[in-house]
Amino acid sequence: MSDDHKRTIAARAALELRAGEVVNLGIGIPNLIPGFLDDDAGVFLHTENGLLGVGPRPDENELDNDMIDAAKRPVTALPGASYFDSASSFAMIRGGHIDVAVLGALQVSAGGDIANWAVPGKDVLGVGGAMDLVVGARRVIVTMTATSSAGDPKVVPVCTYPLTAKGAVDVVITELSVFRVRHGGLVLVELLDGATVEDVKAVTSANFAVDLELRHAS
Amino acid sequence: MTVARLTSAEEAIGHVRSGDTVMVGGFGLVGAPLTLLDALVEQSDATDLTIISNNIGEPGKGLGKLLRQGRIRRGISSYFTSNPEAVAAVNRGEIEATLLPQGTFAEAIRAGGAGISGFFTPVGAGTMLAEGKEERVINGVPHVLECSIRADVALVFAARADTLGNLWYRRTARNFNPLMATAATITIAEASEIVPVGGLDPESVMTPHLYIDELVVQA
Repeated sequence: MSDDHKRTIAARAALELRAGEVVNLGIGIPNLIPGFLDDDAGVFLHTENGLLGVGPRPDENELDNDMIDAAKRPVTALPGASYFDSASSFAMIRGGHIDVAVLGALQVSAGGDIANWAVPGKDVLGVGGAMDLVVGARRVIVTMTATSSAGDPKVVPVCTYPLTAKGAVDVVITELSVFRVRHGGLVLVELLDGATVEDVKAVTSANFAVDLELRHAS
Repeated sequence: MTVARLTSAEEAIGHVRSGDTVMVGGFGLVGAPLTLLDALVEQSDATDLTIISNNIGEPGKGLGKLLRQGRIRRGISSYFTSNPEAVAAVNRGEIEATLLPQGTFAEAIRAGGAGISGFFTPVGAGTMLAEGKEERVINGVPHVLECSIRADVALVFAARADTLGNLWYRRTARNFNPLMATAATITIAEASEIVPVGGLDPESVMTPHLYIDELVVQA
């Protein structure tokens, strides 16, 4: 996937986040989102290994061996940050105290089922916090390319990969479009970067309704 | 134990016997008790171990050393994938793997230390990780019964301890350590710094000393 596609997806996902929200970002495209948030966006980033108030990546003299995010990369903490143990962190997640989880996926179904942790025939030995986050976060936003590297559609009628959770997804953002899951079905609400409805249909095997909405100026 | 015994890593690790279940703190290597793990690797011959840890170390580091010695029989973890050698050992049938969602893993340990034998969670319901587990619909939502987890020995890491065994953790090195400290028959704490009694503000004590049996200073 091109970096342009990743940036298109991350920039659009950033528009879904509102001031005051607590947001957990998965690895990959979601981690590009902070680059598209204004300094005064007012979003609080949570990382499930035990930090609310994640700041930017440290420069060399800020490096601290005790400061990582859930992707095990170095982070800083912003003023007002807090640290907590893993049970407390997942109590926040399951308890509905995380407003938004943004994460990648291998497949999303028309009904909002998500598969993002295992590929059939490969090792199924790492799930991390994926299942907890998609079940517990109040809104789940999937950021992913429309097709796999093999060219297969990722928005599908039914997930064929091992499920992470059923009916958990609220929004799907690809390089071509934004889908929302409404009443158990997919609705195409926005086209990105000049894509057409036909372009989206060509790479989407699930059925979807079309109800294009105007994006409010931000 | 109500008061920790200040001892050497070599002596403390003698609590680990062949066939034991051992909890190890840390998220990857951050917050992992590396001095205790080195003692387990170099100064203990306990084998056939069940390891409960979020990851099985990294290749040749932390628990990854114990793995290379072939002394792990089973792993209970949320993310074996961070050590490809652990994945390979599972695929060769050398170790048995039990995979849990990370929040379920944490809560099962917390529950184990708190006298709760199991709990229903919606996480994992309808997925392959719920296979073989009791499912129940509560308030219209499918849930999975998860049993709590305890160990024979827990190895935890703290930035600072007092000589009673009160512990203070630093930043994201806290992670699973406070939970694991509560959930084992014997808890061995490794601390970067050990201060006299009164050297920790009672308001800042994250693990009270009643959970800690043995206290070892980081090498």
